[in-house]
This record gives sequence, C-alpha cells and structure tokens, in this order.
Amino acid sequence: MSVTDSRTPPLDHEEAARARREQVLRIAKWTLPSLVMVLTLLGWHLYVTLWEVPHYILPGPLLVLDKLIEDWDLLWAATLTTGRLTLLALVFAILGGALLAVAFTQSKWIEMSFFPYAVILQVTPVVAIAPLLQIYLDSPFVAALLCAWIVAFFPILSNTTVGLKSTDRNLEDLYTIYGASRWQRLRYLAAPSALPYFLSGLKIAGGLALIGAVVAEFVIGRAGTGLGLASTLLEASYRFNFGRLYAALILISLMGVTIFAVMSLISHLALFRWHESALKKDG
Amino acid sequence: MTPFRQPLGQRPELLRMAQVEKTFHGGVIALRNMNLTVNEGDFISLLGPSGCGKSTALKLVTGLMQPTSGRIDWAGEDGAGEKGAGDLGVVFQEPTLMPWARVMDNVYLPFRIRGVPFAEVRDEVLEVLRLVGLEKFQRAFPRELSGGMKMRVSIARALVTKPRLILMDEPFAALDEITRFKLNNDLLALREKIGCTVIFVTHSVFESVFLSDRVVVMAARPGRVIEELTVDAPYPRSEAFRTSAEYARYCRLASNALHRATGEAA
Ligand SMILES: Nc1ncnc2c1ncn2[C@@H]1O[C@H](COP(=O)(O)OP(=O)(O)O)[C@@H](O)[C@H]1O
Ligand SMILES: [Mg+2]
Repeated sequence: MSVTDSRTPPLDHEEAARARREQVLRIAKWTLPSLVMVLTLLGWHLYVTLWEVPHYILPGPLLVLDKLIEDWDLLWAATLTTGRLTLLALVFAILGGALLAVAFTQSKWIEMSFFPYAVILQVTPVVAIAPLLQIYLDSPFVAALLCAWIVAFFPILSNTTVGLKSTDRNLEDLYTIYGASRWQRLRYLAAPSALPYFLSGLKIAGGLALIGAVVAEFVIGRAGTGLGLASTLLEASYRFNFGRLYAALILISLMGVTIFAVMSLISHLALFRWHESALKKDG
Repeated sequence: MTPFRQPLGQRPELLRMAQVEKTFHGGVIALRNMNLTVNEGDFISLLGPSGCGKSTALKLVTGLMQPTSGRIDWAGEDGAGEKGAGDLGVVFQEPTLMPWARVMDNVYLPFRIRGVPFAEVRDEVLEVLRLVGLEKFQRAFPRELSGGMKMRVSIARALVTKPRLILMDEPFAALDEITRFKLNNDLLALREKIGCTVIFVTHSVFESVFLSDRVVVMAARPGRVIEELTVDAPYPRSEAFRTSAEYARYCRLASNALHRATGEAA
C-alpha cells in the first residue's frame, strides 16, 4: 500500500533517463515519419520547380493535388470499383481459405492430396495465370475476381491450417476424456486456437487481395472490372496524363494502408482480451 | 458416513487394475504387471522417478490408451462397460486452460461438452470457484492469473462434475515451493469438504506423504510398482503435521522405498 503514496518517490538517475528516452521515442514515432513526408514533398516540389522538369516527366506535388481535386469524381468511382473487387476477393479468400483449412485438418487424406496444388497455385505468378483465366472464363469479371482470389487465399489457408493444428495436446486429451464430438472439438477448441493465426493471415491476405485486383485490372482491363484505379493509372500513362497517374497511385497506396489498418484493428479487437500478442508492455 | 472418513480397509472398491502391462511401439515397457485397487475416498500417490510409467498409468485409467494386456475394471460394471464422462476429473502439470475463455467458461467446459446449458449449472460452477477461492475472478481471463491461481481453476474444472475419481499428474511440480505448500493444504481442505477420490502423481516424497493415505512407490525400466506404504495419520492434516515426528518417519520410509526403486533400476 505504501506505493500508492501520493508523492511519487524520486526516480534514480538511470530510471529517469529511461523514462525520458521512452517519452522521446513515443513522440518520435509519429513526428519522424511526418517530417520525412514533409521534407520529401518539399524536395519534390523544389526539384520540379527549380529544374523546370516538364510535367509529363515528373508532375509536382501541387499539380498532383490539382488533378486529384479536378478528377475527383472519376477517381472516386475508380476507387470504389477497385475497392469492390478487392473486398469481394478477400471475402471469398476468407471463406475458401478457412473452409479448405478445416477440410485439411479434418482429413489427412484430403490434405495430402490437395495441399501441394495449393502451393503450386501460390508460387505460380498470378500475372502468368491471368491471361488464361481471361481466355477460359466467359465473364471477365469472374476472371478478375478469381485472379485476385488466387493471390489472397493462400495465406489464409496456410495460417488457418497451422492454427487449427496448434491446439494444446492436453486440452485435446481433456476433450477426449469428456467425450467431445468432432464438431465440439472444432467449435470450442480448434477454432479459437486458430483465431490468432487466421487473423495474421488475414492481414497479409488483405494486402494481397489489393495486389491481385491491381494485376487483374492491368491484365484483364476495363472489360472485367470497369474503370478501376489501376486501369485509370494505365490509361493516364498512355495519355501522358502524369498528374492523374500519380493521383491514382496515391489512392491505391492509401487503399492499401486503409486495408492494413482495418485488418490490424479487427485483429486487435478480437484478441486483446486474452492473447499474449495483444498484451501491452506490462506496467 | 462418506467413504473417505472410513478406515482404509472398509472403503468400497472403485477401480481395479489387474496385471496391467503397457508396451509402446518400439519396445519400451512403460508398465509391467501393475496391480492397484482404488477404493472410494482413497487419496493415492504414485511416487517414482521420471519414466517409471506414472503418466502412462493415469492415461490407461482415463481410457486415452488401452493396456497391452491386463484389465482395468470399474466397480458396478461388467468390465466392458463404458464409463460416463462424469466419472473422471483430470488435472495436468500445466493448468491447461483455454486462454480465450473466462475462468467461469473454463470451469463450465465439462458441462458444455455434455450439452448442459450454462444457466442450469451456474450454481455448481460458482460454488466450485468459491471452494478454490476464486469466486472474485470468475470473469477474468487466464492470462490475468498467477500460476497458482491458474492451477486452482484447473482443479475447479476437474471437480465441477463431482467425478468419482480425480487424476492429477504432477499438478504442482511447476510451481514455487510456497505456492505448492499452500495448494497442498487447500487440496486437503477441499477433500475434507467434498470427500473426493484422488490418484495423485508426484516425484516429491514430502508431497506424497503429506497428502495421501496410500503411497504407491514405482520403479522404472520396466515401470512397475515396488511397494505400497500406508500413511496412517489422521485427516485433517494441517501445517503442524509437516513438522511432526510422525511425518518425518513416513517420509523416511517413503524415501527409503524410493531409493530401493531407483537403486534397483540402476
Ligand atoms: N507415447 C509414447 N510412445 C513411446 N514411449 C512412450 C510414450 N509415452 C511414454 N513413453 C515411455 O514410457 C515410459 C514411461 O513414461 P511415463 O508414463 O510418461 O513416465 P512418468 O510419467 O513416470 O515420467 C518412458 O520411458 C517414456 O519414454
Ligand atoms: Mg509423467
């Protein structure tokens, strides 16, 4: 109880230094990247204006901003299109990856038969598969979706499979002793054990779904997906409209950041109560 | 009168292991000719060096493994009968809790698997948590608890169904000595209240003598029972028993038996 004294005891030299260092680090974590951003933009602007770089080689940041505002309607529609494709691919990746993982862990035979092909699908560059999908599938939209799905589902599959197998051996035994059914084992033991693994797979898959969507837009083009950010970017480059190109690039990058942030948030909300990885530093 | 208050010779039989052998794939003889009769109310310690088949013996009792030969029969059954899920409580060396479940949900697990709704057994769950002194922590997650408290939750889970037999495999071996002593005392206090039957695996002479009325000393390679010691000291046993001459005498006896066990194996 003596520790709850209202006067905090004086810190010794070392502890005071440690506290100072931690505070500096806390501030630097936000200020340093912001500073780098500002300096980069400033450098970019100065370079473009002082050296009089033509805008079809490198547009200045102000021009990009202009374009972003000027073309906002078009760019926002493109963002929605790419976003829809990405999200749809991610949803199917979650369903497909998780269901396949459950199938793999329920039956060793299924896993042995099909896991190698999941790996082959994963290691074959999707850019090489996309044209085939376009040829064999009637609907270009389905082809684009499949393309993004192929890229996104593997981390979910492999992480969830590992997670479902990570159950505590003694808990397994306990479930057996209490006479648990297969379903109870999956629902109450394997699935919660797999959750942290699944969520870290989800974080990767979110980013990959976007990459898959961009590749699909590049390869399959407007026919499949409508005018998304990547097709906008490609078109802008054909027309030397570099302001719009950069604006689209920035939006794609922002979309990636947003997806990552949302996935991290979901992961945190699902785990922070009980999982060690979500533990803040003690004290 | 509850069985555990009766003298050792007069308790009804619960479980009988007869000439049980277990040989693992690869030729390790984990148990040879094990004979053990467990009576209702017994507190039996299996005491022996590591590798002498203590855990194997428990696993055979749970039915997680089948004996290579020999029989394990439960009283009131014709031998082939299945035992109900309520008949066993198990405590491992690790607390073995589900980290994603609150304390009360961890304790509720055996009922959940049997399909009993929580509302029906809420009283049982809270009562057993009160018995192990954790009613204030019913909504906590395991990671918020100390090692000793986690072990209490594990014990509560084993007790909640009021099983006929509780198996404990070195439950306190990973805890510090102060916590271990405290849990030893509390385990005996629990037994005074609910009169459970326990098989307790340990490699501590002191723990086995303090807790049990029967100490079964085992030897390794091959795993077998060397001798059985009856600790004829009355319950309840308190901290005072630990410092008594009687306790010291039983510890010496058990320790000698253990020396013979390890000596023979060498
Ligand atoms: N699943 C298994 N497969 C093969 N050998 C095993 C297995 N389980 C235990 N053993 C062996 O059986 C012997 C007894 O093991 P165990 O019952 O765990 O001993 P204790 O619990 O007394 O330390 C040891 O030699 C151990 O290596
Ligand atoms: Mg063991």
